[in-house]
Amino acid sequence: MKLAKTLMASTALTVAAGMVAADGHMANEMTIVSWGGAYSNSQQQAYHNPYMEKTGVTIINDESSAEAVAKLRAMNEAGNVTWDVVDVVAADAIRLCDEGLAMEIDADEQLAAAPDGTPASEDFGDLLVSDCFIPQIVYSTTFGYRTDMVGDTPPTSVCAVFDTEAYPGKRALEKRPINNMEWALLCDGVAKDDVYDVLETEEGQQQALDKLATIKDDVIWWSAGADTPQLLADGEVVMGSTYNGRLFSVIEEQKQPVAMLWDAQVFDLDGWIIPTGLSDERKARALDYIMFATDTQRLADQAKYISYGPARASSAPLVGQHADLGIDMAPHMPTDPENAKNTFLYNYEFWADYRDDIDAKFQAWLAQ
Amino acid sequence: MTSSTAPDTANDGPMLAADGRTLKSSLNRALRRSKLRALMLIAPLLIFVLLTFIAPIADMLFRSVENQIVSDTLPRTTQALADWDAGGDALPEDSTYRELYRDIFLAKERKLHTRLGSRLNYELTGVSSLFRKSGRKVEDMGEVYQDQFEDLDGFWKQGENWNALMGDADWLAAQNAWDDKSDTAQPQFVASGAVSTLLPLTAEMFTLYADFVQNEDEDNLAKEDPWALIYSALHQDLTSGAGVASYAGPGAAELQAAAAAAGDFETVVFREAFEDVDEDWGSLDVWQTLKVYSPNFTSGYFLNSIDMQKTIDGPEMRDDNEQIYLKLFMRTLFMSLVITGSCILLGYPVGYMLANLPAKTANLLMILVLLPFWTSLLVRTSAWKVMLQQQGVVNDTLVWLGVVADDSRLALINNQTGTIIAMTHILLPFMILPLYSVMKTIPPSYTRAAKSLGATNWTAFWRVYFPQSVPGIGAGSILVFILSIGYYITPEIVGGTTGTFISNRIAYHISSSLNWGLAAALGAILLAVVLGLYWAYDRIVGIDNVKLGG
Repeated sequence: MKLAKTLMASTALTVAAGMVAADGHMANEMTIVSWGGAYSNSQQQAYHNPYMEKTGVTIINDESSAEAVAKLRAMNEAGNVTWDVVDVVAADAIRLCDEGLAMEIDADEQLAAAPDGTPASEDFGDLLVSDCFIPQIVYSTTFGYRTDMVGDTPPTSVCAVFDTEAYPGKRALEKRPINNMEWALLCDGVAKDDVYDVLETEEGQQQALDKLATIKDDVIWWSAGADTPQLLADGEVVMGSTYNGRLFSVIEEQKQPVAMLWDAQVFDLDGWIIPTGLSDERKARALDYIMFATDTQRLADQAKYISYGPARASSAPLVGQHADLGIDMAPHMPTDPENAKNTFLYNYEFWADYRDDIDAKFQAWLAQ
Repeated sequence: MTSSTAPDTANDGPMLAADGRTLKSSLNRALRRSKLRALMLIAPLLIFVLLTFIAPIADMLFRSVENQIVSDTLPRTTQALADWDAGGDALPEDSTYRELYRDIFLAKERKLHTRLGSRLNYELTGVSSLFRKSGRKVEDMGEVYQDQFEDLDGFWKQGENWNALMGDADWLAAQNAWDDKSDTAQPQFVASGAVSTLLPLTAEMFTLYADFVQNEDEDNLAKEDPWALIYSALHQDLTSGAGVASYAGPGAAELQAAAAAAGDFETVVFREAFEDVDEDWGSLDVWQTLKVYSPNFTSGYFLNSIDMQKTIDGPEMRDDNEQIYLKLFMRTLFMSLVITGSCILLGYPVGYMLANLPAKTANLLMILVLLPFWTSLLVRTSAWKVMLQQQGVVNDTLVWLGVVADDSRLALINNQTGTIIAMTHILLPFMILPLYSVMKTIPPSYTRAAKSLGATNWTAFWRVYFPQSVPGIGAGSILVFILSIGYYITPEIVGGTTGTFISNRIAYHISSSLNWGLAAALGAILLAVVLGLYWAYDRIVGIDNVKLGG
């Protein structure tokens, strides 16, 4: 009898706790998914804290952005979406939109206009690459190199990566075809405008792989954004690609002998999506948050904490100094004219089509 | 069988229990009851395991053959394709393109076309954008018909006229009386019987439209105007000889006028319209892929996972530069064996020492064995990175000792060596613990007896001690081997390109490419391989010969 009573009591407690939790979720909490680390911190400072202060909503952080697409699909199939707003890269947003897992947004109605009244769709401009995607930052994948390992002639061109004679040592490249194939073709004499036309063909793909093969033995392939900064800091590699914000923190915060090679940096976008299948109340709250967090001032504020460029044209003039280091952030932005002399924009349409095919070839080539 | 044998039958017949039933059935009943009680006791666990373990795995594995998405999204097209000779050089007929128009139009309204595009893009590069593009343009394709009907008579512009024409009179009255501000449910559309027989295709499309407006968009049907799709269906019905002359319901005059004019309407050649959207619709590859993947179940994922592809002429090997999975399967098995072997080599002496030292020292050493268990897997793996990299601790020490030159430091990580070292370390406790618990039970007197009978140390160990410790090796090997076959975090971090496993590809297809069908097929093959090896192990060594202790 005692056992039965204990069981009943604990069951009742569990149920009660569950209901409290569910209620809490309904009442005034929202779960925001992002990447973690310094990036989440910048969002906490620039968006979450002021929003919580303004509205009294409690924001719960979940650091699952890397697996967001798979998890959202699983949640959607289970009919229980527990996330309210999700931070994803643009390519993932396009896929989520294609799969019907992200809600379509009407930029002019559901996002704030610029202070001078320019509608959001013009303020974001071309960066609205999907109907479901609300851009937040422009980041870039670019190279950093050890200043003490390149001799008297520091590299100025991305093709230094393929020049093992002038710059001996290992290089760190991402373990996926995207970006690497473009750089390989660019350094194999293909004009920038023709890169994707060439990459569409079997011969072009082989050409890129052949170019990469010339340095295959000198490459350490990374899969986490933190790998290259560590490899650079330890002197394992002479140069390596990663996200520009990671390099900023190696150079400015950790004071390592590393410099940026902005040449042929590839711009990419990161931003918000709202999952489909939310209740009306949660949807309204998510939209309210998005409206707040992507206005001109908020996007400019984020640049105080991390060196990623705000996605709104109207935010650029408001970018100030780093909150702790007190240095001007504008020269560290990938979009700064001095840095953006030679750039690529991630070709979403191309990679949506060719990703599976080229990835299969790339992985087979890697395994050889 | 005479009466004289009657007394004997009582003895030969079934034995009876005290309550008069036969002993056999009584025994059965008692057994059944106790079995049932036993089942009830384990029921919670059984149900838990079924619901949270077996069912999800079965569901996931089922995805490796599931393919309903194609025929669900394009039902009319796949049906039309059934008669198409995919082996020939000719594209499907224009009527198939017309069905495709309807399917994509409907899929676009439900936002399902891009999902199908991503699915088929796994099989043929470019289908993803083909469907996305077609979805954007599909609304304009049939507009020619809508414009011509509307130019003919303003009647066709109005949603309410359509509702009156297509709907049942009772439903129409209820719909018009319904207040969309009220809480009552919208009256569900009912097609008029007369029009359904007269204009079957139009009625079908209109019903789909009405259902979509009422149930998915939850708008008031009375205030909506129909899709362009319906006008093209009406044109097809009218030009294929619908007997509208006898029709006398609402809109009869307009319908008869339209029937008279429809023959002279400008028509759309859907094949050309689709080729205008994207020339890929004129390529045989796209249609062959659609045809190959029309059935509800497919072997395509399994073929993909053994480096083959499903084509119109049956399975074919992929090109050399796309083959990867067989190689990865072999590598996974080979490296798991190497890791198991090195765990035995390193773990056996440790287990022996633990079993034969005094309890106090043994306990201390045991803590050292268990310590790694209490450390996060990621921390341990990252620590190996710091140890093994070229500017790392091991290489620095070797250079300092003068064993290797500074400019030819050893590559110990980002290759197979790195994976083997790190995984051997991580899985070692799984080998030591079963070894220890088996060795603990081997009486030391046996070895002493062997020695007293004249055996050398080696003979006593090899002939007497070792055979008794084999069950521990068996248990440890199975544990380590099966765990290492499924590992993916460690190979991902320290494996570089030559030290990654098949599980890394499975993880990639689950979380990045979203090709869950292929991931499921790879997982199913891996499961089958493990079960096959387990079976072989049972046949060769005998599963009874495995002990975790005692």
